[in-house]
Amino acid sequence: MLLGLVSPSGGEAFVLGVPSGEVEIRRKVGFLPEDFRFYQWLTATELLEFHGRLCGMDAGRLRERVPYLLDLVGLAPHRGKRLQGFSKGMLQRIGLAQALIHDPEVIFLDEPTSGLDPMGRRLVRDIIRAQRDRGATVFLNSHLLSEIEVTCDQVAFIRDGEIVTTRDLRGWQEEKVRVRVCARKLAPQIVAGLSQWATCDQLDDQSLSLTAASREVLPEILCYLVQSGSAPFEFTPQRISLEDLFMEIVGEDRGL
Amino acid sequence: MNPLWVIASITFREAARKKILWTALVVGLGFLMVFGAGLYYQMADFHASNMPPFLRYQVLSAMLMVGLYTVDLLAVVMTILTSVDTISGEIASGTIQAIATKPVARWHVLIGKWAGFVAMLAIYVAVMFGGTLAAGYWIAGVSLDNPLRGGLLVYLECLLALTATFLMGTWFSTLTNGVIVLGLHGLAFLGGWLEQMSGFAQGSALVTLGVVSSLIMPSEAIWRRAAFLMQPPLAGALQFTPFANISVPSGAMVGYAGFYLIIILALAIYHFQRRDL
Repeated sequence: MLLGLVSPSGGEAFVLGVPSGEVEIRRKVGFLPEDFRFYQWLTATELLEFHGRLCGMDAGRLRERVPYLLDLVGLAPHRGKRLQGFSKGMLQRIGLAQALIHDPEVIFLDEPTSGLDPMGRRLVRDIIRAQRDRGATVFLNSHLLSEIEVTCDQVAFIRDGEIVTTRDLRGWQEEKVRVRVCARKLAPQIVAGLSQWATCDQLDDQSLSLTAASREVLPEILCYLVQSGSAPFEFTPQRISLEDLFMEIVGEDRGL
Repeated sequence: MNPLWVIASITFREAARKKILWTALVVGLGFLMVFGAGLYYQMADFHASNMPPFLRYQVLSAMLMVGLYTVDLLAVVMTILTSVDTISGEIASGTIQAIATKPVARWHVLIGKWAGFVAMLAIYVAVMFGGTLAAGYWIAGVSLDNPLRGGLLVYLECLLALTATFLMGTWFSTLTNGVIVLGLHGLAFLGGWLEQMSGFAQGSALVTLGVVSSLIMPSEAIWRRAAFLMQPPLAGALQFTPFANISVPSGAMVGYAGFYLIIILALAIYHFQRRDL
C-alpha cells in the first residue's frame, strides 16, 4: 500500500509526508520485493541501468553508480552475466542493488536475506547499516527474527494485518532479564516474596523461572533467596531473544 | 530519458533478445520461400500451357491474395502469442512489482510495453507483407492495387489483436487471456465469412450476424476491406478469390476499428491503473 501496489480498503497513508501512491514520492523510495525476479535475459549491469533510467538517472550518473553498487553487493565479477545464470542468492543481491540505485531516503526490503548464505546475510546486514548511517530509513520485513534483532533499531509486531505493539531494540536487552533459579526448597511463601522484584513461573518445588525488570535487582533477589533458607544452587541469567518476545506478544501459532 | 521510451525500448529489446522477433521472421522467411516456389512452379506450368495471359494474371493475382491472407493470419497469431504473457505473466511472476514501484505512472508502463510491440509488429508486417508483394512482382510479374493502404490495414488488424491482448492481460491469467483473444479473432473470422456467404444466399440474418461479429471484434472486417482495396476489381467481381467483392466493409468500418482500438486501449489503462499488483 505504501508503495502503491495495493489499494487500501480504507484510511490513508503517507510516505515522507506525501500520500502513498504518488508517483513522484517514489523517487525517494527503494523497494526489494520478496523473491525478486526480473527479465532473465538482462545482464546485471543492464538491469541496474534500466532501473536507474526509470528513476530518471542520466548516463553519467549511471556510469558511476552501477559499478559501485555491483561492487557493494559482491556481484562485480558477474556484471556481464545474464540473470538466467544467477542463483537465488545472487538474484537477491542484484535486487537489493536495484532498490538502492537512486540513493533512496526510504527503503522497503521484503525478506532481503531469504536465499542467502551466511556471508550474504552478513553483507546485507552491513549494507542496511550503511544505509541507516547515511540517514536513510530502512523498513525490513522478515520472519527471521534473529536478523531483525541484530539489524533493526525498532520493531513492530504485526498480527492479522494490525500492529500489535512496537519496541525500541536499542538497548532492550538491558531492560528485562530472565533468570533460571534452582534451589533445594522453593516454598510457596518464598516464591511469593520474589514478587517485589520479579514475576515468577514456578516449574516445580526446586526450580523456577523469573523475569526481573532489570539486572540491577539480581543481587538483591539472590540475597533474598539465600537468607530465606531456600539454599539456591543455580542462578542463571538468561538472554531474552526477540523470538521469546514475539511469542509473548503475538501468542501461539494459530495456523495463520 | 522518458520512462515511456525506456519501457518501450526494453520491450522491443526483449523481443529481440528472447529471439521472438527473429524466430517469427525466420518462420516468415520460410513461408516466403514456399510461396515464392509456388509462384515459380505456377509460372512454369503456364509456360507449358496455352492459357490466355489475361486469365494467367487473374490466377496469379488470386495466388498473391491468398499469400497475403496467410501473412495476415500469421501476423495476427504471432501478435497474440508474443504479447499474451506480457502483462498477465509479469503480474503473476511479480516482475511488475520492481517496475511499478519506480517513479513511473502505471499508464507509462502499459503504454511503453504496448509501444514496444507496436514497433516490433511494424517490422514484422513490413517484412512479411512487403516480402510477399515483392515475390509476386519479381517471380510472377503481378502487382496489386493500393499495396500501402492494404499493408496499413493489416497492421491495424495486428494492433487490434495486440490491444485486445493487453486489455485481457490486465484482467486474466496468460492462458485465459490467450483463449479469449484467439476466440475473439475466431468469432470475427467466422462472422466475416458468414457475411461473405450472405452475399450468395441474400440472407439478411447472416449479414446481421456477420456485422455483429465484426462490431464485437473488427479484425477480420479490416482484412476484407484491405482485400477489397488490393485485388483487381475484375478479379473481385468475378470471384476468382475467396475475397470477392460481396458485402465489403465500408470505410466507416475502418473508422470504427480505430475508435475500437482507442477505447480498448483506454480500458486497459483504466483497469491496469486500478488493479492490485
